Amino acid sequence: MSTKLKLIGLSSVASVLALSAAAQNPVSLTIVSWGGAYTASQQRAYHAPFMELNPHVTIANDDGSANALAGLRAQAQAGNVTWDLVDMLPSDAQLACDEGIILQIDHDAMLAPAPDGTPASEDFLPGSLGECFIPQIVYSTVLTFRPGAFPADAQPASIADLFDVENFPGRRALQDRPGTNLEWALYADGVDPDDIYEVLATPEGVDRAFAKLDTIKDHIIFWTEGAQAPQLLADGEVAFATGYNGRMFDAIEVEGMDAEIIWDGQVVEWDGWVVPADGPNVDLVMEYLYWATDTQRLADQAKFISFGPARASSAGVVGQHADLGIDMAPHMPTNPDNYFAPIVLDNDFWADYGDELRERFANWMLQ
Amino acid sequence: MAMADATAQTGSATDSRGRLLTSDGTPLRRALERANRRRKLTAFALVSPLLAFILIFFAFPILQMMWRSVDNPQIVNALPRTLDELRDWDGRAVPPERVFVALHADIMDDLERPRREQRIGPLGVRLNYELSAARSAISRTARDVPNFEAPFREAFTDAHRLWGQPELWRVIQREGRPLTLSYYIAALDREYDEFGNIVKRDENRRIYVSLFGRTLALRLVITGMTFLLGFPIAYYLSSLPMRYANLLMIAVLLPFWTSLLVRTSAWIVLLQQQGVINNTLVGLGVIDDAGRFSLIYNQTGTIIAMTHILLPFMVLPLYSVMRTIPPSYVRAAKSLGATPWTAFRRVYFPQTLPGIGAGGVLVFIISIGYYITPALVGGQSGRMISNEIARHIQQSLNWGLAAALGSMLLVGVLVLYWLYNRLVGADSLKLG
Amino acid sequence: MVASQKSDGFVVFDGVQKSYDGETLVVKDLNLSVAKGEFLTMLGPSGSGKTTCLMMLAGFETATHGEILLDGRPINTVPPHKRGIGMVFQNYALFPHMTVGENLSFPLEVRGLGKSDREKKIKRALDMVQMGAFANRRPAQLSGGQQQRIALARALVFEPELVLMDEPLGALDKQLREHMQFEITRLAHELGITTVYVTHDQTEALTMSDNVAVFEDGRIQQLDPPDVLYEEPCNSFVAQFIGENNTLDGVVTEIRGDACVVQLDGGELIDAKPVNVTQVGERTRVSIRPERVEANKDRLDADAHLIKAQVMEFIYMGDVFRTRLKVAGNENFIMKTRNAPDQVRHKPGEMIEIGWMPKDCRALDCPK
Repeated sequence: MSTKLKLIGLSSVASVLALSAAAQNPVSLTIVSWGGAYTASQQRAYHAPFMELNPHVTIANDDGSANALAGLRAQAQAGNVTWDLVDMLPSDAQLACDEGIILQIDHDAMLAPAPDGTPASEDFLPGSLGECFIPQIVYSTVLTFRPGAFPADAQPASIADLFDVENFPGRRALQDRPGTNLEWALYADGVDPDDIYEVLATPEGVDRAFAKLDTIKDHIIFWTEGAQAPQLLADGEVAFATGYNGRMFDAIEVEGMDAEIIWDGQVVEWDGWVVPADGPNVDLVMEYLYWATDTQRLADQAKFISFGPARASSAGVVGQHADLGIDMAPHMPTNPDNYFAPIVLDNDFWADYGDELRERFANWMLQ
Repeated sequence: MAMADATAQTGSATDSRGRLLTSDGTPLRRALERANRRRKLTAFALVSPLLAFILIFFAFPILQMMWRSVDNPQIVNALPRTLDELRDWDGRAVPPERVFVALHADIMDDLERPRREQRIGPLGVRLNYELSAARSAISRTARDVPNFEAPFREAFTDAHRLWGQPELWRVIQREGRPLTLSYYIAALDREYDEFGNIVKRDENRRIYVSLFGRTLALRLVITGMTFLLGFPIAYYLSSLPMRYANLLMIAVLLPFWTSLLVRTSAWIVLLQQQGVINNTLVGLGVIDDAGRFSLIYNQTGTIIAMTHILLPFMVLPLYSVMRTIPPSYVRAAKSLGATPWTAFRRVYFPQTLPGIGAGGVLVFIISIGYYITPALVGGQSGRMISNEIARHIQQSLNWGLAAALGSMLLVGVLVLYWLYNRLVGADSLKLG
Repeated sequence: MVASQKSDGFVVFDGVQKSYDGETLVVKDLNLSVAKGEFLTMLGPSGSGKTTCLMMLAGFETATHGEILLDGRPINTVPPHKRGIGMVFQNYALFPHMTVGENLSFPLEVRGLGKSDREKKIKRALDMVQMGAFANRRPAQLSGGQQQRIALARALVFEPELVLMDEPLGALDKQLREHMQFEITRLAHELGITTVYVTHDQTEALTMSDNVAVFEDGRIQQLDPPDVLYEEPCNSFVAQFIGENNTLDGVVTEIRGDACVVQLDGGELIDAKPVNVTQVGERTRVSIRPERVEANKDRLDADAHLIKAQVMEFIYMGDVFRTRLKVAGNENFIMKTRNAPDQVRHKPGEMIEIGWMPKDCRALDCPK
């Protein structure tokens, strides 16, 4: 508690110092994110405290992240950039970075070091930082099931069980895209998590994945929007559903849905910030970023949503859920108990093979 | 008599060339033109704001979309020298060293440019549409290019395997021109083979043609459903006094005023396997628990939802046409000895055809644009071509392909409209 | 007035009542008999119940009470298409999606006639209305008068014994209307069909009909041949509704059998024929047709009644003169005189003496 107070004190002093030179004219920042519980967690962990420290700043939320790349391109082409900061996926961030429409980040200069002095580039989880991308959270796509759908002594426990309709009958709600589904098909077919993308890069590997998917095809309901998966589970429409772990946490712990998460084979990905080039308030945004991605702030977000902080140093300071009062550590994808067989999403792979595999997947859905 | 003579004289006044003149001597034709020009100018002035609006916000974006479906600047802009050197390449073996020298020079040039203007990023994205992994071949190589030393051929092929494969070079050579048909070829489930012929894609990558077919079939079913449900309602409404009809019309229009999410949630609650309809049927003993109907997350869901939303577009033109059919026609038919059914079939129904045509065309065309509803309630089998277009616009960001699909859809609709016009006559459309 | 003429008629309304809302009667106790081959016109202002009666006869409305008989058979429960009644509608109701030939063929087809029979009958019907060349036209390509003829032909082509016509000439211009009036009566008599004709145009009713039933307030006010109706209206409504009419209000002072004396509100005493006045002291309205008023004493009999009048206005109308007079306080008293060579054209302001025969001066009820 005392460490935390000290940290807030330190950082607030830092930001007050940083901003004292600037004229205190009212400024409004437009921050683009995913909406819903996720934006709410950012509001409470980052935006509200930042506005308290900097009374002249107001932050407006824009729920445009689902089409962030299209939006960034459109604004850059029109020469009228209105977004200050955008929350997006690293794969799209890399494309935007290649196109030069978002700023490159000098990690150690622009981001706060860990409290013990470890530079940012070493504190953020390995491979998470991008040329233009600053991760906030680790989220994962997990398999969830309804315990009531199976006998008490034969509950599913692994991804392999998703593909076992004989012992685990019932419908499965999967996302209508190849990502995650193909990885799991190979994993369930016995491929080691570390080798999955190597196998999937070969035509034989792709055939193998689709063949595995074929075995459950008649039992699948595809979902499109993130909110559909927990809904289908709650309504008893399906026995299994894939979904983002944050939403599933919300549905289970907050809404009281009767479901359990299988952490086996969780597909792990980052999500984080990018700064549009030629944005209206780049300097202020950089102040915000330095503060909002420090160790304590990232740990704070976990109080409001069950996504893991992207800094190693944050793991130790993750506390309890702000409203529920439960320990958040066991619900983090990065918790060692959960992180036993993760599949780390390979964005380069999807950038290269996504077009082709999406076509193949669409074709498979049509058959 | 005097009056009549005077009139005859003025009326027949002509000039030397025999043209009719007005009373002040100007040729009649010119006077008429002058009078008409003024009227035309006024008419144009009245129409021009809307015309400008339509041009700017409707015609221009459509043309822009069609342009995007053939626009192909990425390779030409990024690799001018390479394309020069590739001109005589036969497309068989890996190109010679001079091509790699040109490639090296093109990339070095590009790295000199400010980041926003670099052409390597879009190039990688563009090539990846044609050949998987081409994007990383470009982006990974580009970082190391400044350290490359001759011979460049080895340097490039070491950096990424694709540089050593003629396939990538064939794509660069083929698509190295400012306009392309490749998006249309992809949209027709076709591709180029190694000899440059257009062939069908692998069976497991064909999507669009069958999706177009399914979209057409689904829309016909939806149009048919709105007709079957809408006709009796419109008939009943048209027979009611105006104030009751207006009241009931509100009920028909209700779907317009309900937000998509509310509507979708309602359908889910009603239609899902544990939903109201299935529970009721199980409760009544009509079906047993294992035999619950799948009414949502499949084509049935799409048909039910779309029929519901689009029903007003069928009811409104039908209603307005039926309102104008006086009851005396059916009475006349009956007085002539026709049974009520014959009177309806041979006298009333044919007169509603303009309304049916208008409603059908409206529902059919509007249904093309719907993609959110099918995505939410249609599962895998209830998806339509519009879902693919939306996906390419929003997620895969392959706007060229989206534009090609959109243009094909647009042309398809125009062809159908033309057919309708030929068969029924567009002038018989009555929209109310 | 209206006798209950049941039994022998071809069309009989027997005590028919009709209400739409259950509170007011649109048709109040209607009794009517139409003989076979008769041309009967139902005449009345709009809302008088005449069209409702026609619709009940055609079967499109049901009688709330009472019986309608066709050729002795009650038809209350017979649906319209089984009544075999031809009908011509106000807007013709020609089927716009069929050609003229198809329109005429329709009643024959639903009766199951063969093709050659149909063609024969269609040709005969079209020739009958002089439209033989128009079989392949669409109704929209025809003029109003032509459409009217086709509607007539269609109502006759299946040879019904009874034809109903609902203001069929309402949409035509005057000249065409007069021509069609003649055509319709000619055809009706030639074919010997019974016709029930509805109109609000009294000229039409007078020129076409064997009998006219004047409707008002859901009742038949008078049912008589046209001449009787015109010359001997039985009440002031009929007198007012049929033709032009001068009225003078007063009180009956004396009744002597076929004649009576009325003291007008202005004080003058005049002779009149009592029609529906019964006792001395009763208020009455006397009615005199404008053409029965005469200013030339040479043309009046000795017992004609003379009265002073002031000329208010003189209107030249070609074949007749209309002179508006002030008579016994009534400034709208009209005298209609023929444009004869010796006819005087009166000047406004002039004081003249006019007169009429007592039998042309009918003392009727005085409406409140």
